[in-house]
Amino acid sequence: MTSANMNRPIRGGAAAPAALPARGGVGLKPEHFRHILDTRPAIGFFEVHAENYMVAGGPFHRYLERIRADYPLSIHGVGLSIGGEDPLDEDHLDRLAALLARYQPESFSEHLAWSSHGGAFFNDLLPAPWHASTLARVCAHIDRVQERLGRHMLLENPATYVEFEASTMAESDFIAEVVKRTGCGLLLDVNNAYVSCINHHRDVRAYLRALPLAAVGEIHLAGHAREVDAAGAPLLIDSHGAPVAEAVWALYDFALSLVGPQPTLIERDNDIPEFPVLAAEARQAEVVMARHASFEIAA
Amino acid sequence: MNTTQAFADSLLRPEAPCPAGLKTWNGSDPAKRFAVYRNNVVVSLVDALADSFPVVQALVGEDFFRAMAAEFARGNPPRSPVLAWYGDGFADFVEYFPPAAGLPYLADVARLEWLRVEAWHAADAEPLPLAEMAARLADEAALPALRLALHPSLRLLRSAHPVVSLWAAHQAEDVSAALGAVDFADAEAALVVRDGLDVDILRIEAGAAEFVDKLLRGAALGEAAQASGPFDLPATLGLLLRSGAIIEATPAGRVS
Repeated sequence: MTSANMNRPIRGGAAAPAALPARGGVGLKPEHFRHILDTRPAIGFFEVHAENYMVAGGPFHRYLERIRADYPLSIHGVGLSIGGEDPLDEDHLDRLAALLARYQPESFSEHLAWSSHGGAFFNDLLPAPWHASTLARVCAHIDRVQERLGRHMLLENPATYVEFEASTMAESDFIAEVVKRTGCGLLLDVNNAYVSCINHHRDVRAYLRALPLAAVGEIHLAGHAREVDAAGAPLLIDSHGAPVAEAVWALYDFALSLVGPQPTLIERDNDIPEFPVLAAEARQAEVVMARHASFEIAA
Repeated sequence: MNTTQAFADSLLRPEAPCPAGLKTWNGSDPAKRFAVYRNNVVVSLVDALADSFPVVQALVGEDFFRAMAAEFARGNPPRSPVLAWYGDGFADFVEYFPPAAGLPYLADVARLEWLRVEAWHAADAEPLPLAEMAARLADEAALPALRLALHPSLRLLRSAHPVVSLWAAHQAEDVSAALGAVDFADAEAALVVRDGLDVDILRIEAGAAEFVDKLLRGAALGEAAQASGPFDLPATLGLLLRSGAIIEATPAGRVS
C-alpha cells in the first residue's frame, strides 16, 4: 500500500493481504468467463462487484474460483450505502465478510455514495451534501466496515449530476478528511472526477491535486455518455457503456504524474464488447503507466 | 423532511417534484439533472428484471415488458442490494397486472423463470455416483424405505398452462414455429434442476411432480410413490439420476 494512513491498525485486523499489481485490470463479466478460462489473457487483475457473488453456489462461483486462482482480484462493493442515513446493513456486511474470506481479494473498495434509504435499495450511487453530519456518518460507517472486515477499504470518489445548497465543504476536502479520520485508501476514479468536474464546472486538475493522493490504491477508468442540462451546458453521465474517452486518458496521464503507476481498472458494465476490446484498453493503461515508470514520490 | 428522504421519495415517483435543496453551477433547472438519477434507478431495475425473465419479455414484447417491469419496480423496489434475488414477487404482480389479463399463462411462465434463477444460484452439491446409486437400487426389498436427498437447486412447478412448452419454444431456433405447436389447453408440470453449470427445465407428469414433492419433504420412496397420482416411477427415477438430481440415497434405519 502506498499510504502512510494504511499503517493505522484496524482492531481485530489480520495481516494485510498482498496489494494489486500496478498493471491494467478488467471488470469481470459473465459474458467473458469462458473466454478468460480458455485463453488465459495477460491481464494484471480482475475486479468483480461483490453483490453479484452473494449467492450460495452455481456458475458464478465456479468460474470466479477458477479465474481467481490465476489472477489477482479486487472486490468492489456497490451496495453498502456508506453515505446513507440508514444504519449500515449488518446482514450485508456479514455477506461481504464471508465473500472476502472465501476469495481473499487483494483489494476491497466501495463508493462515497448512498444507495439504500428506508429499507429500499435503489441500485444507483446517489449523492449526499458535503457537510459535517455527512462526514461524521461516512466516517462512522467506514470505521465499522473496516472493523468488521478486518482490513482497510478503498473509497471511490463519486460521479454526480447535482450539488446541494447544504454543502459546506469542497468534495476533495471532504474526501481528504474521510481518509485522514478513517485511514481508508482512495480508489481514484478518473472518469468520475472528469464527469463531476465538467458537470459542476470545476477545474479537474485542481480537484485531483486537492485529493489525498498519497492514499491512492487503485484507479478506475470508464466511458461516459454526453447529454446537456436544462441550460444547454454539457452534462456527462457515468454510463460505463462506452470506451474510455480521450479526455479521460489525458487526465489519467496527468493523474499518474502525481501518483505514479497504479493498479488501473477498465470498467464496462453496459454494451459489453468482446473481451479483447477491454484487454486492449487495459494494455493502453499500461502504456501510460510505462511513461511514469520512473515516478518517485515528491519529498 | 430531510434531503435524503426527499431525494429517495422522488426517485420512484415520476410525478413527484424535483427535491428541494439542489443547485447547479449555472443556475439551470436541477430537475433535468435529477432526472438522470430517476432514470438510472428505474432502468437498472427493469434491466435486472429483463435478465431474469427473458421469456416473459419475449411473450409480451420489449415495450410492454419494460412498462410492466417499471410499474413493478416503482411499487416494489428491492429490499436488498443482492439484485440476483430481485424479482421474487414479480410473477404475482404479473398475475394481477390488468393489461396482461389476456395472457393467463404469463404469470406461471414468470414463476418458472424465477425458479430457474433460484436454481442457477443455489448451493452446489455433488450428485451421487451412478455406481453407488445402482448398488442401492439393487436391494429391491429395501427400495420402498430408501430416502433420497435431492440437489439444492431442484424446484417444481405445477401449472394449469403449458409452461414448459412455452419456455422451450423460446429456446428453439424457430421460435414462432415452436410456439405454433404449443397446445394452450395443456396443463404441465416442470422439474427445474441445475446439472453442472446449466439449469435444466424438464416437463414431467403431474403424478411425478407430486412424487418428487413428497421426496423433497422427506418421504421414503415407497410412501412417496403410493401417495402420488399415476406416474411412471422407473422413468422418473431415471430422469432424476440422469439430471444429477440425487445427491444421497439412505437405506431405512440409517441416519444420513
